[in-house]
This record gives sequence, C-alpha cells and structure tokens, in this order.
Amino acid sequence: MADISNNFVGIKSPNPFWLASAPPTDKAYNVERAFEAGWGGVVWKTLGEEGPPIVNVNGPRYGAIWGADRRLLGLNNIELITDRDLYQNLREIKEVKMKWPDRAVVVSIMVPCEEGAWKAILPLVEETGADGIELNFGCPHGMSERGMGAAVGQVPEYIEMVTRWCKQTTRMPVIVKLTPNISDIRYPARAAKAGGADAVSLINTVSSIISVDLDSFAPQPTIDGKGSHGGYCGPAVKPIALNMVADIARDPETTGLPISGIGGITNWRDAAEFLALGAGNVQICTAAMTYGFKIVEEMITGLENWMDEKGHATLDDVIGRATPNVTDWQYLNLNYITKAKIDQDSCIKCGRCHIACEDTSHQAITSMVDGERRFEVIDAECVGCNLCVNVCPVENCITMEPLPAGSLDERTGEKVVKEYGNWTEHPNNPSAVAAE
Amino acid sequence: MTDSVQARRLQDGVVAERIDAETAKDNFTDLHPPLNHHESLVASDRCYFCYDAPCVTACPTGIDIPLFIREISTGNTLGAAKTIFEQNIMGGMCARVCPTETLCEQACVREAAEGKPVQIGLLQRFATDLAMKQEKQFFDRSPATGKTIAVVGAGPSGLACAHRLAIHGHDVTVFESRKKPGGLNEFGIAAYKAVDQFASHEVDYITAIGGIDIEYDQALGEDITLDQLKSSYDAVFLGMGLSGVNALGLNDDGAKGAVDAVDFIATLRQTSEMNSIPIGRRIVVIGGGMTAIDAAVQAKLLGAEEVAICYRRGQEHMNASPFEQELATSKGVTIRHWVQPTKLMANDGDVDAVELEYTELRDGKLVGTGTNLTLQADQVFSAIGQTFEDATNSKVELNKGRIKTDKNGSTSIAGIWAGGDCTDTGDDLTVTAVAQGRDAAEAINKALAG
Repeated sequence: MADISNNFVGIKSPNPFWLASAPPTDKAYNVERAFEAGWGGVVWKTLGEEGPPIVNVNGPRYGAIWGADRRLLGLNNIELITDRDLYQNLREIKEVKMKWPDRAVVVSIMVPCEEGAWKAILPLVEETGADGIELNFGCPHGMSERGMGAAVGQVPEYIEMVTRWCKQTTRMPVIVKLTPNISDIRYPARAAKAGGADAVSLINTVSSIISVDLDSFAPQPTIDGKGSHGGYCGPAVKPIALNMVADIARDPETTGLPISGIGGITNWRDAAEFLALGAGNVQICTAAMTYGFKIVEEMITGLENWMDEKGHATLDDVIGRATPNVTDWQYLNLNYITKAKIDQDSCIKCGRCHIACEDTSHQAITSMVDGERRFEVIDAECVGCNLCVNVCPVENCITMEPLPAGSLDERTGEKVVKEYGNWTEHPNNPSAVAAE
Repeated sequence: MTDSVQARRLQDGVVAERIDAETAKDNFTDLHPPLNHHESLVASDRCYFCYDAPCVTACPTGIDIPLFIREISTGNTLGAAKTIFEQNIMGGMCARVCPTETLCEQACVREAAEGKPVQIGLLQRFATDLAMKQEKQFFDRSPATGKTIAVVGAGPSGLACAHRLAIHGHDVTVFESRKKPGGLNEFGIAAYKAVDQFASHEVDYITAIGGIDIEYDQALGEDITLDQLKSSYDAVFLGMGLSGVNALGLNDDGAKGAVDAVDFIATLRQTSEMNSIPIGRRIVVIGGGMTAIDAAVQAKLLGAEEVAICYRRGQEHMNASPFEQELATSKGVTIRHWVQPTKLMANDGDVDAVELEYTELRDGKLVGTGTNLTLQADQVFSAIGQTFEDATNSKVELNKGRIKTDKNGSTSIAGIWAGGDCTDTGDDLTVTAVAQGRDAAEAINKALAG
C-alpha cells in the first residue's frame, strides 16, 4: 500500500489533505469532527487582532452556480475572518492540538499591516503549540477594504515585509497564502520567498459577482437590496489554481519553494493533479462545505489506489512530476501533428462535433456521407484542435491521433517530420533564431 | 374494500362496482405523472442539443425538440411551449398519447447511447401544461380575409387545420357529428392517458384564438352534404376520421356480450364514476393494436379478474408498441398470440365463452391449424380495426378504402382537402392527424390567396 503520509515544511500529517482556512475550521467542534473523519490537518480559520470581534453580515453570505441537478460548481462568499473572540480560538486551538498530536494544526492570521500587530499576535499563537502559521494575504472581500488580506497580497513589497516580520518573531513555519487577484502570481511568490517564507499556499478566492437577481436587479448574495463582490471558489476555479501553482513551481526564482495547493479540489484526482504540478500537499474547503467531511475517505483511498496501481510508493514520487512538462507556448513542438478520429461504433450521431466544427471552427467534420447521417473527419481540413473531442458526449469516441513521421498531412500537403521544431526557430517568426 | 365490493369481485357476469370508488380513482390516475420543476431541469439537461436532431426528424409534426428542451433548461418554459405549438397546436395531447418510444424518444441519441432517451414527451407536457394553465395564447390572427372554410370533424386533424386557418385570418366552421369536440382525443384514448378533462380543455385552448365556430350534431351525409359545404364555403377540409368498425364476423348464436372496444373506451372517457361501469369477470379482447390494449387494461382496472388479449399473429406483428404491451402485462393482462376467434358461445343469450383456433403462417399466409381453444368470457371486446364509412356520397376518390390525398392533403376534387385517419396517408396517430390538418391548412391558405 502506498504511503501517503505528508511532511510539509516539517509539519507532519497522516495524509496530504488539509482543510483550508474557512468556515469548516472556525472552531474546535468542526475541527474535531474533521479529524475524526480522517483529515490530515487543518488551517484554522483566520484570527484577527485582539479587540472587539469581527462583525459579519447577518443576511446571506454565500452565492452559488449550479449544474442542472443543482450540482454545486462554484461558490462565492462574503464572510470575513473569524468573528469569535481571539482568546477562545486560541484556547480551542491548544486543546485540539494536544488531543490530536498526529494531525497538522496551522493557524491562519490576518492583522493590520503594522509590525506591532504581527509581533503581538505571534507569541499568542505560538503558545498554543500550533504547527505553523499561514499569513492570509488573499481574502478579496471586506478585509481588503481595511487594508488587509488581498490588499497586502497585491503588493509584493508588503508581502515581503510582513513575511520578514513574522520570520523574525516566531520559530513556527510561515506559509504565505496568495491571492489570485493579481496579473502574475510569480511576483508575490518571489516576494514571499524573499521575506523568508517557508512556503506559499494558493489560491485564495477569486474576486467575483456570482449572479444577479433579475427581479430585484441586485447582485447575489443580496443584503437588503445590495450586494458586494465576494470570493469565488469550488470546482470552477481549479484550472486557475493549477496554472498558478505551476507558474510558481517552475519559476527559477522560486524553485524549491514548497507549495500548498488550494482551489476547487473535490476528489483525489484533483488533489493528485495539484501534487503532480508541484504542490507538496493540498487544502480543501468547498467540497467539504458541499458534502461534509466524509469525502476525505474517498480522497485517501482514491489516492492510495492510484499510487499503488502506478507504482508510486510515496508522495515524493508524485509531487512535481508534471512540472517539467509545463512549458511556454513557444517551445511546443509544431511538428507534432494530430488528426481527430471518430470511432463509428461508439458514435451516437448527435452531430455536436459536426456543428461545432462547421459553425465555429474548420469545417472538418461531415454530417452526411453517401446520403447517410454520418460524422467523419476530413483530414484535409482538420487542424487537430480537439474541440470535437471536448464537445462529444461519448467518452473516447473521438480521439486525437498523432500522424507518424513520414506520413502526409493532407491539410498542408507536407510530410510529417520527425524532428522537434518550435516557434523560436520557425521561418514565419521574424525573431526566429536559426538552428546552430 | 366493503363487503359488497368484495362479494362482487368474483361474481360471474357483467356487473358494476367490482372495485370501490377510491380504488377506481387510483386506477385511473395519470399514467405518467407530470414532471415537477426540478425534474424538468434534470431531464432537460440530458438533451445534447443535437445537430439536425434525429428526434425532430422522427416527429410527424417536426417540433424543434432540442430548442424547446433548451428553453426549458433555462427557465424559459413559455418560450418552450411556443416552440412546440408553432408546429403542433395539440402538443399537450401529443405529449400524453404519442407513442414516443417509437417516435422521438426512439430516435433520441441517448437511446442509442444508453437505452435511456431524454424524456421528450414529459418535457413537452411540462411546457405545454404551463402555457395552457396560464391560458397563454401565442398566436395572433392575421387581418380577416373574408374567406370561409368548412371543416368536417372536430378531431385532431380538423382542429389543427381550423387553428392554422384561423391564424391566417380565415373564418372556420367545424361540423362535428357528436355533441362534443375532440374526436379520438375525447373518445378514443384510455382514460388514464388524458385525465382531468384534458381533451376538452385543449379544444377550448385551441379555439380561443377566435374565428372557429363548432357546430355539433352535424354528421356528413346525414345532416349536411359535401355538395352543400362546397357551394357555401371557399374550401372544405375533411377530417371526420373512421366511423365504422370491423365486425368479428362470427357465428355468435345471437349472444349478447360481444362489445365494440371503441365504444367501451368512449364510454369510459365520458364517465366520472369509473366503477359504475359494468364489467365482466372474465374478458377476452380480440385484436393487437392500441385499441385492444386500451380496452384490456381498462377492463382490468375496472376489476375484471382475467383479461386476455387474443391476437391472430405473433408479438412482432402487433401494432401496439412494446411499451403498451408491457403496460398491459404489468397490469395483469395476458396476451395470447397466434389465436383467432371462431365462435362465441352463449348461455341464456349472454356470452359465456369464446372459441378460438390456433393459427400459424404457412407459406406466408395465416391459416388456422384446426386445433381449438375455449376461453371463458363474460364479455368479448372486438378491437380489430376501424373503417372509413364514406359519407361524401362517393364524390371523392378513395384509395384502399380511404380518401386519396397528396402530401398537401388535396383530394381528387378541387377545393376539398382531407387529413387524419380518414385519408389513405393517415396512420391512426394523433400527431400525424395534427400534421396533416396543419399542412392542409397551409395549402388551403395558399390556394385561397392565389
């Protein structure tokens, strides 16, 4: 059986599945239920500075988009950091950590961007015996209006500065949680590293308006006729998160910087993809908020079974394995030529491939052959774009088949060459560098 | 169950109240309960929005099925209803009675993919029910043309024709031989397929457009003649259906109890207290089509203990769809193949048994084997097909015993069109009758404009 125990910046947990800092980790009751269910760790919901507790809205905090069977695809929230008393949270963190020594307990923190504020709270957290801290530089709503959360995460200099304060003040590992609401995720990651961060975690939620009520003409969730932007999460944001994780994993300036992957992870497969792109572990929230804590059982057995099947003994055999295969467009092999192929036996003749290609792409799929309803690829027109594969409702009915070297590409009339050739050396590229 | 009902349950002969009123109500409830809002979203999501969709090709009225389903999926249910009614103003009834399993749903690519087609019929009902409940009318009449058209028969083809003619601004008078409109929708369909007076509501919905006047007790050949209509109106549409029935042609010894299944079905549809209808303890239904199934299933639902459909050929030859056959057997009806009736046997004048002969195909011809079988029966229902009784005074040319028409519904006589079951292109389906009525209306409109 594969070993999925996890060591993330020295924080050990029996599996790589942590609950992200969010409502499911706001108090001991929930966290203990999570541990009983099998979660490897939690990042406790963000603590703020000492004083009167945070106030949340008293109307709806969440909005959602659904598939037709109300399968939740994306969630948006306007909840703030913990609205419970700081010392009650600290007491509970200490108790839970003592009771569950084999699980990871990391504490998320967000205080004003002043050195004193950070230096005041860190010893209090350290005293709980928590395994580490996560700096919340990601929250895009509410707190950002007060100069915290994403307001810090969007300014690399602030990230570096606050990270440094923390590293100077505490012995605990420091994980910097990044906001995706920036143009290039590598800059905040580099800043975190420069400040001495032990790791980054990403993504936090994406700024969003999830829907508009067409009767009241107000954004949802609607609070007394008004709505503000919230943070978007759930399955819909996973592609954004994967890309940002890969960006950091393959950035030479942050090479080796541990990454805790977050964003729409709903099952073991999603988690494995994050690990493959370079995440050292993963954090989950929306899936738990949708289905409850039991989902971790599927994640654990799914990951183990897949690793067994593929012969991966430990997480280290998986982590970062896909990172070298992420490259820039300019280095993709332009001599790799594929054509769509439709398996007529499994085709159910819905015609979606045809109309997608005919209306919006390359007119490379028939609708009639010899007077019969039949969908066939016209190789002389097919550019191998894969749209037909993506719109086909039948799994593996349409496949992209690479043309072997030496064969004729009927579209270009040229023979397929065996050699790798990319844009940087392509004759149509004005900046092409001639091959030496 | 009360004691008296219990006692009647196994009583020989033809008696009423074999079941109590409550059971009757349950037995004759909607065969396919309608989808609720959420179910409609789940069901509509399964549609692939096919290109040149096979379901549309399979629909005799050519409803744009992928479009109306997509409209349902986005909450645009009235838009969906309009899409349906544009092609088929009886989309509500067709959603209930169409053999979708041999039409749109058989063609559905998900039937090919997984044997579970999109629930097109139920989705169509979802959309049309809402529009009809809200009495939402989608069509305006064009300015009055001053043209008048006589339509014979207020059934599916006649009403579809009348509605389309009314849209084009013509004034229509429908001549109906019965006292009530709807034709087979009202009289010829099993009660559990069109509950709550649906056929009658649908006629009200269709005629609400205006310009359609229905005159009752006006039978062609008796109360009115084709010559009168032709001289008084700018065009005539014949949609009177089939008024005759094939006789069993048996030596019946004057036995009472041989019943026309069509009459039995019509009686059920016009009765509110179902269990008041007398029914035999043992029933034999002769035939293999939808009428046989409707009669047999309803006999069973009325409390008949044993109901057997006897068909002279094999299962594969039955006109009733596999779904209908399964419905019958699931209700406890026995279907016997390869037997034909030879004699009704009576006791004191009442039928008490039917003698049947086993049949087989010999050199492609159906023949009796000489071996007989006797089934006890308090009633024998005949459901071996309906016939066209020519009430046109032989004015129009017939083909295979029905009115000869071309694809536009034109008959051999200029100015006279026809559609539905009375024509040689009818196929005993409501949906086909609607399509033919509609298309004839377009042809009439074109002819009158020319």
